[in-house]
Order: sequence, then C-alpha cells, then structure tokens
Amino acid sequence: MANYILKRLWQALICLIGISVIIFFLSHLSGDPVLLMASPEATQEDIEELRRTLGLDKPLYVQYWVFISGVVQGDFGQSIKWSKPCIDVWLSRFPNTLLLGSAAMAFSLIVGILTGVLSAVKVGGWFDKFGKIFALMGQSLPVFWVGLMLILIFSVNLGWLPTSGHGSWKHLIMPAFTLGWYFTAATTRLSRSAMLDVLDSEYIKMARVKGLPEYLVIMKHAFRNALIPIITLAALNLIMLLNGTVITEVVFNWEGIGRLVVDAIFARDYPLVQCCVLIASMLFIATNLFVDILYAYIDPRIHYH
Amino acid sequence: MISNDNVLEVQDLKTHFYTSRGVVKAVDGVSFALKRGEALGLVGESGCGKSITCFSLIRLVPRPAGRIVGGKVLLEGEDLLTKNEKEMTKIRGKRITMILQDPMMSLNPVFTIGEQITETIRVHQKLGKMEIWEKVKEMLRLVRIPSPEVRMREYPHQMSGGMRQRISGAIALSCQPSVLIADEATTALDVTIQAQFLSLFKEIQEQANLSMIVVTHDFGIVARACDRVAVMYAGKIVENAETRELFNNPAHPYTIALLNSLPKMEMKVDTLYSIEGQPPELHALPPGCSFAPRCSHVMEICQREYPPQKEVAPGHFARCWLKG
Repeated sequence: MANYILKRLWQALICLIGISVIIFFLSHLSGDPVLLMASPEATQEDIEELRRTLGLDKPLYVQYWVFISGVVQGDFGQSIKWSKPCIDVWLSRFPNTLLLGSAAMAFSLIVGILTGVLSAVKVGGWFDKFGKIFALMGQSLPVFWVGLMLILIFSVNLGWLPTSGHGSWKHLIMPAFTLGWYFTAATTRLSRSAMLDVLDSEYIKMARVKGLPEYLVIMKHAFRNALIPIITLAALNLIMLLNGTVITEVVFNWEGIGRLVVDAIFARDYPLVQCCVLIASMLFIATNLFVDILYAYIDPRIHYH
Repeated sequence: MISNDNVLEVQDLKTHFYTSRGVVKAVDGVSFALKRGEALGLVGESGCGKSITCFSLIRLVPRPAGRIVGGKVLLEGEDLLTKNEKEMTKIRGKRITMILQDPMMSLNPVFTIGEQITETIRVHQKLGKMEIWEKVKEMLRLVRIPSPEVRMREYPHQMSGGMRQRISGAIALSCQPSVLIADEATTALDVTIQAQFLSLFKEIQEQANLSMIVVTHDFGIVARACDRVAVMYAGKIVENAETRELFNNPAHPYTIALLNSLPKMEMKVDTLYSIEGQPPELHALPPGCSFAPRCSHVMEICQREYPPQKEVAPGHFARCWLKG
C-alpha cells in the first residue's frame, strides 16, 4: 500500500506539472493584461515600463519558469485586480466555500442515501415514487431558479430567512439547500440502483436465510456493498463543491471560490486564475487518491500494487 | 438413525405467483413428512417448484409476486405459516436453515468468513465473544477447513468454490438446526469436490442426527445421500418412496421416464432416451394430470381429473391413475 501511495504521488506530481503548463499558456492567450491595468492616459512608455516590472516582456518559457519556481515556494504571484498575493485572496474566500460546500455535501449525502436506500427497500411503493420525483426535480430544475424561488418564498413572502450574504446559520440554509438538492438527486438515484443490484444478490438471500433481522440485512450486508459507487459519486461531488459553484454564489451573493475565478477571468487577472485552477487540480488529485485508498478498506477484493 | 417422529410435516402447501400472465401455481398442494435423521431428496426438472417449495418452508418466497396461499408447515409441531416476520427471523437459521446453490455468490464479499459465521451465532444464541470464536473454530473444523484460526480472518474471494460451500455448510450448522435444506448445493461444484462435499455432509448428518432436504436434479446424488425421494412435477409431488424402493419399483410414468433418461454404462445406444414434449407452463396447467400430455400411458380419465395419492406399496406413494 505504501508503495502504491508513493507511485500515485509521483503520478500526481507529473499531472500537476502538465496542468500548470496548460493553464499557464491558456491564461496567457486571453489577451494583454497590461492594457487593462494601465490607466487610460498612460503613454506607450508607461505601458512598456509596466510590462517590464511585471516581467511580461520576457519570453513565455522564462515567464513560466518564474511562475513555477514561485509556486514551488508557495508563491502564486500577485493578483492584478486585488493587488495582494493570489494565495491570500484564495484563502480569504476558501472558508466560505468550505462552509457552503460541506453543508451542501452533508445534505446531499444524508438525504440522498436515505432516500435512495429506502426507495430500493420499498421499491415500487409510494416512497419510491416520491423519491423519483424528488430526484427528477433536483436534477432538472435550474439551480438559479430554485434559488430565486426560495428567496421569493422564504425571504420576500415569509420573511424567515435573509436573502443573501453570510454571517449566521440562517444565511447558510437556502444556498446549502439549493446546491445540495442538485447533488442529492444524483446521490438518490445512484444509491437506489446500487442497493437494488445488491438486494438482488445471493448473499442477501443468504443473510435472510441465516435469520438476520432485516435492518442488519439492509444496513450491514447490502449497504456496505452498495457503497463503492456511492463514494465515487460523492467524491466527484465534493470536488465540484470545493471548487466553488458560481451560480449559487451569485444568486445568494455568497463570496466563494467560484465567483472569484469567474471574476478573475473577466478581469484578466491571470495570476489569480492560475492560482485557483492549480489549487483546484491539487484538490481534485488529492480527493481521487483518498477515495482510491478508501475503496481498498471498503472492499477487501480491491488490492493495489 | 431415523426415528419415527416427524421433524417437519408439510401439508397441502400452496405457493402462487401473481404475474401479468396469470397466476403461476409454482407449488400446488405439496405434502410430505421428514423424520428426524432422515435425508429426503426432492427431485424434478428445472422449474418444477423444488426451490420455491424450499423457500416457502422458510417463508422467503420472492415478494411481492409470490405468496404462500395455503397449507401448513409444521416444524416440530409448530405451524411456521402462522408466525409473524419477527418470530420467523428467530426460527430461520436456528431451527431450519438452508445452503444455497452457488457458493461463489452466497457469501458476502466484504466480510470475513469468521464474521459471517459469528453473526449467525450472535443473533441466535446468547454467548460471550470468546465462546463464539471457539464455536466458529469448531464449526470450521467440522467442515474440514484447514487452519481455521487463519481462515476465519480471510475473505470469501481468497477461497475455492468447494471451501466456500463448506463454509456455507458451517454457517448453516452453526446453530444446530433441526432441518437443513440443501438447494442444489453441489450443482455448482466440480464432480470430485461434489463427492467430497456429499460424503462430508452425509457423515455430519449421521453424527448429528440431522434431518435434511436435498434438492437436486441428479439421481446420482439421491442414490448416494438420500433415504427417501420425493419426485416433483409441475408443482406437485407425484411420487414419494424410500430411495431403494423408488429405484427398484418406480410407479409413476414420470419417475420411470426420468430413470430411463439416465445413461447406463453397460448399454451401448445410439441416442439417449428423453421425455417427449415440454414441462407444462405453470400458469396454464392442463385439466387433470399435468403429466398427461407427455405420458405414454395416458388414459381418458387422466385428461379430466388429477389422480389422488395412492399407497402402491408400504411407504411408497404415487399419484397416477394407472395405480388405481
């Protein structure tokens, strides 16, 4: 296992270098940031001067080398828009994203798995039908519409919850639900189908033949086997949530990573874009590695060499 | 040692499936008795209702389509069909249990085999942790699993098919059941492993004075392992006799045809014997005897009325108009 993890870390490193090259060149294709930064009355000399101080006059491969040697030392460069180190800007937003992401994640896991498992156990029953509609709506209703409807009902009409911003748990409810519902839908459907597959198997018949009470049959014998696909999906969801979810953030004026990246792209704040994308890739790779290791603990048939 | 008291008595058991194509009478009035220490073979073609009969006995008929609609299943005098689900979970696995057909699929892949035996004992008996472990080791030794201390920490995928089936056996035997049902328990095994498994189970059965129902379509297994045989056709038991008697004097044309279908070493034939026609569709049974359409001795009455059970010799029952 230790060998496997070392091998995977090595692969992760190569992968990150590749990503850094791609994102570096892509962000430099987006136009000349100097023209945007310079004041309207700047002369050609001022502009050239600015270009020199930013190091943008050097060949691209030199610029890349400067960028990547900074990254290795934890320096992702200065944000053009915020005039602060990129990493500080990222860090100032990440707690918000983490809070919203984990709330939505917790909601989608708890509600999704419970609904999925119960639907599978009582397949064809009223709860199963309710689960199907719940999942269908979660997946097909646009997030911005759900968010606006929630604001309309709970903030404007009922006045129970604040429309936007953050600060208290009340601010978290609507964005977490809006975001969570979408992710719940897939979790529900996958839990249901995974459970149905497993419940049909011989070892479940065997567990019943042994005289195990139904809750042990479902929660121990069936659920443990249905976990692998559920965890795979949960990991993908987690990555998406941690890298920000622009629409929900915009609707509820939530200061998260998603909006930060989109704003940075529009402002041609290429160091900040590079910083956010590179960190997102790291999170992605780390989550995948963690999940792969988790598989081996859940299913003893999985071995890594 | 076969005693005279019946451990299990099945009376007029009926299990039907309600499908879009109509009511499928998978088990249609099955009656038999099983004595203590006796091994009863339940023989018949695929789809004749053998397995559903067994699952009806432990009340695990596939739902919602399947329903037990009538009869009695008396286990040591108690009717299992009147028990509620909670009472049944206490009986299943403890007093009546089953070994399933496919050993590769019937053990849960994510738990150690030790855990899978342990949990059965844990839900049925009040024993301490150490006592249970000792018991698990004892069970593994009973079914001849070498080095049980090591094996009980392993997972099913680390074992061969024969070993896994013996472990299913250990699980089944772990609470000293009165009745053990083996549903085609050796079908998925290699012939040599099959023989080993059979002789092991015969030995355990005789030692523990266990009553067994052996579901099979293989007369070789019946001859080797069973004291009595019940032959099933289209949801009914058509003949029931002691093994030797059935092989020597088969009474029902279906049994005779089945025995004739077995290839014999001493005879050279160009084509193997087979029974003409197809088994009837269970949702559209012919009136009268279900075997009539394929029977070479068919009479006019066979197509009108189902024959009643007749005792053709002491302890030898058959349902055929030829016999009265």
